[in-house]
Amino acid sequence: MSEQSGNREVAAQAARQRWLAVLARAGVAELETQLARHALPALSWLRRPESGLMMVRARAGGTGQQYNQGEVSVTRCAVQDETGRLGVGYVQGRDSRHAELVALFDLLLQDETRQADLLPGLIAPLAARQAAARDKASAQAAATRVNFFTLARGD
Amino acid sequence: MYVAVKGGETAILNSYALLADARRGDTDVPELSVAQIRQQMRLAVARVMSEGSLYDEDLAALAIKQAAGDQVEAIFLLRAYRTTLPRFGYTLPVDTARMGIRRRISATFKELPGGQVLGPTYDYTQRLLDFTLLANGVATEPPAQAEALPADMPRVTDLLAGEGLIEPETPPDGDPAPVDLSREPLKFPADRATRLQNLARADEGFLLALGYSTQRGYSHTHPFAGEIRMGEVALEIVPEELGFAIEIGDITLTECQMVNQFAGSSTAPPQFTRGYGLAFGEAERKAMAMSLVDRSLRSQELAEAIKSPAQQAEFVLSHSDSVEASGFVQHLKLPHYVDFQSELELVRRMRATHGQPTPEEETA
Amino acid sequence: MNAPHTPLLPGLPQPAPDSQRIFRQLLDAMAQPGRIHALQVAVTAPAPLAPAASAIALTLCDYETPVWLQSAGPEAWLRFHSGCPLVDDPGTARFALIDQPASMPALAAFAQGEAEYPDRSATLIIQVSAFGEQGLVFAGPGIDGETRLGVAGLPDQFWRDWQQSHGRFPLGVDLVLVAGTRFLCIPRTTTVREG
Repeated sequence: MSEQSGNREVAAQAARQRWLAVLARAGVAELETQLARHALPALSWLRRPESGLMMVRARAGGTGQQYNQGEVSVTRCAVQDETGRLGVGYVQGRDSRHAELVALFDLLLQDETRQADLLPGLIAPLAARQAAARDKASAQAAATRVNFFTLARGD
Repeated sequence: MYVAVKGGETAILNSYALLADARRGDTDVPELSVAQIRQQMRLAVARVMSEGSLYDEDLAALAIKQAAGDQVEAIFLLRAYRTTLPRFGYTLPVDTARMGIRRRISATFKELPGGQVLGPTYDYTQRLLDFTLLANGVATEPPAQAEALPADMPRVTDLLAGEGLIEPETPPDGDPAPVDLSREPLKFPADRATRLQNLARADEGFLLALGYSTQRGYSHTHPFAGEIRMGEVALEIVPEELGFAIEIGDITLTECQMVNQFAGSSTAPPQFTRGYGLAFGEAERKAMAMSLVDRSLRSQELAEAIKSPAQQAEFVLSHSDSVEASGFVQHLKLPHYVDFQSELELVRRMRATHGQPTPEEETA
Repeated sequence: MNAPHTPLLPGLPQPAPDSQRIFRQLLDAMAQPGRIHALQVAVTAPAPLAPAASAIALTLCDYETPVWLQSAGPEAWLRFHSGCPLVDDPGTARFALIDQPASMPALAAFAQGEAEYPDRSATLIIQVSAFGEQGLVFAGPGIDGETRLGVAGLPDQFWRDWQQSHGRFPLGVDLVLVAGTRFLCIPRTTTVREG
């Protein structure tokens, strides 16, 4: 593999990680509306949506030995087009349609011509809204930031 | 000995109907929705998720509704449900350093980078009943906002670690996969990973009492709440078909890093040691109690004298699970007719001979 | 991202009910060694796996069961549908998929279990060319007296190897023999002699 194509692959993987993270946090309604605007290629469901569990791991002290904290419900599915390209949907929770929508958009986004439309048209606005919601929660928390004064005690 | 008892089917079916009716209560009062429980009883939901060992707010809220608010029963329902689902795998260890902070306090450093953030806490409320809620409440004011918190909020323990004053907390060689108590029975001696999983699922009341006992002198661990943080953490998994990590959403976690004075041993210099607590959702009391008990259960590895209940791993870990404890205590109300008959016979025989000389006494 | 893709074959048509049905059949087959069962689920197997071998693999394997594959081909399919890790050392596998029994490792090369946990051993799914009626005599728990059966496509030393494996009881491996869409089980408790 040439260095150039290796770099391209790394960049492509990073882009895919970004859009999958955004799609997994998106609302079903907004994804559904967006999907209606796209013609889907011929595809087959390699894995129909199924709900199950994943064990959430944590680390002692945050940085030490791994241990099992408890499980989380996860729904997943996978869709394949005729070229064998695979769209995967993994979402927290038990919403089958959400997983399907993530997989369908993951498939569409791997097509470079559609990507040029979907990244700015779908992913960027979703990401901006998710960031705004996080910022709002953070700003509300920040309003409760406090400075404690310790007073000298005793004589 | 257990002997099956048959019969009572009609009575049982009728009791189901009566239970459903009692759960619903007065039908003139609107029915509670699962969404209402999820939104407005989020701390109850958090406890059921933590001890039910399943992060799913909808299912936990449903369990609370079905159990008519009985937390231990709701936890049992959630545990039972999880056994019907396939396990897809495990997540990467959650990185609480990258938490989207909504609360973060330290009892050890007043000025820590990023600051102390109270968040939504009952700590500074007056604990006076709010009768406006009785009158179905008033519209709350939108919370104030300030400039968003820095993205990077270092853990207090990481700051102490920089000075070498606290024991390092690094993965063992090879970063081994932990034992999973939902797959394998609890065995002793239990390593820290086993203990932490057990404590994460443990009954909050039990941990609270044990943690309290350590403060009252039943094992001196000199604890300070180094840091407590609560907020959202991304869940990352590595699907087999992709081979790289992806995020699938966020979960709310509460983490407590207890910092404990330690005089040192033959192998370790005087330094601070750690106790760790982590719980699903907003569950500060649970996380704090867990961190106290985690620390006291480390007595053996730190060569401390083991004298108190909170230091005895076998005692603590074997009795911490509310589903097991509730089941075993409550099984006493199930029919024990045959056992009791035999005990009855025995007591009657003992009474008949009570006070009479034993054969040995007669021959003497 | 535009690298050529190889389309993956689907897994079990209805994963939950199908795997439950096959699991039930496997329980019966293990309880009655030597009895031939026919796969009740239509599955498109990736080469070189036989339909029954692939369906059984999807039923039994998951992310906690390392799998040793004798021949290349079904890796991506197996990892996708079962999530199982693939291992190079047969000794670390919980399941082994063997399509060329003539060149398979000795049975002792697979995990035999531990004295405390004899279940921590390997189950070998071996593809044979056909089942017949004569040539082998099966006996042991789950068999009323003896069962006569023929198995074509196993190397000459196989049953001597099996006899040695039987000597390691309660340790040892368990076998699932597959011919196309049919299969039978030979747990470690079964003795097999030629005759």
